[in-house]
Amino acid sequence: MAKITAGVATSHIPAIGAAIDLGKTQDSYWAPMFKGYEFSKRWMQEAKPDVVILVYNDHATAFSLDIIPTFAIGCAASFTPADEGWGPRPVPVVEGHPELASHIAQSVIQQDFDLTIVNKMDVDHGLTVPLSLLCGQPAAWPCRVIPFAVNVVAYPPPSGNRCYQLGKALRRAVESFDEPLNVHIWGTGGMSHQLQGPRAGLINKEFDLRFLDGLKDDPESVARIPHIDYVRQAGSEGIELVMWLVMRGALDAQVREVHRFHHVPASNTAVGHVIMENIP
Amino acid sequence: MALEKPYADIPGTTIFDADQVRKGYHLNMFCMSLMKPANRERFKADQRAYLDEWPMTEPQKRAVLARDYNAMIALGGNIYFLAKLFATDGKSFQYAAASMTGMSQEEYAQMMLNGGRSPDGQPNPTVRRNG
Repeated sequence: MAKITAGVATSHIPAIGAAIDLGKTQDSYWAPMFKGYEFSKRWMQEAKPDVVILVYNDHATAFSLDIIPTFAIGCAASFTPADEGWGPRPVPVVEGHPELASHIAQSVIQQDFDLTIVNKMDVDHGLTVPLSLLCGQPAAWPCRVIPFAVNVVAYPPPSGNRCYQLGKALRRAVESFDEPLNVHIWGTGGMSHQLQGPRAGLINKEFDLRFLDGLKDDPESVARIPHIDYVRQAGSEGIELVMWLVMRGALDAQVREVHRFHHVPASNTAVGHVIMENIP
Repeated sequence: MALEKPYADIPGTTIFDADQVRKGYHLNMFCMSLMKPANRERFKADQRAYLDEWPMTEPQKRAVLARDYNAMIALGGNIYFLAKLFATDGKSFQYAAASMTGMSQEEYAQMMLNGGRSPDGQPNPTVRRNG
């Protein structure tokens, strides 16, 4: 039986990808941020997931305004890093897990979450920056990845509670897959930031730290935070944090937080990162 | 009955809701076309002619030509789509964000190093940094 053993949450800022790709990680601006991921890279090598379900949002890359799926699962055998206007990132092709992904799609739709199935899709920085942060710059990614895209660009995104309940459905789906796979689930995006308008540059460290505490100890309450609180307090793009609740919903009620990191700024954004494990 | 929009009074913030998605459809799809290198070249060669291929409003086209990002957002633009436009210009997210705040990119970058802007729209009190 496949099993979800751990969850990771991290920001997925494009400038972080550029810093890695251009060899700037030891610059004085970036070094303190990358230090927060040194533990995580070692942890990844020891935890050895077979598959990561990577919850992220597409940034006007694979999905335009022609079709805006609220929840989309990537069922393809592989996913190519996208050209977002700067040329594709020089990172490995992402190998999927079509058997588990299609099993999840069927199971989760039967649990009343109407997923969009995607059989062809390029993946942008939302997916590849977290992989770079946790895996470094390998010739091939060390595990299979199931991209799980959530719309947080066109308002309204799904509610925090919907995301949290989806996490529970994903867990049930994984646990009904017959192969003995070690599965991780990652929630990405955030933390507080706003990229548009005269209020651009918003950072709310207090909100972020409260969110991190609540995510660990009282996720049911965090899941009830309404959209308006995110956009007011964490910025128009801070609402990406609902994706972290998909990850949290897929874990046990009680988890062990093995790593936490918060840093301001990376370009326009507060960086947040946690690793949580189910207690065996 | 009109939908409730409790986010309408947030200072300096436009929420990309369903009405904005509708208004900005062609503007954003124009931006998305710039993901193809050949389109970027054609746009750079004659911006007005390229824009005229799109059923955008005249104010949207003028906002693009002026690179007035606040105006583009008011007219239905979304920052992740507009990113294709400033990428074509060789500019970063930080450049675009600074341009919307009325600060120079240098001032804006310094504000971010100092802890960013508080939700009321004012820069956070300067945080003393090591070194």
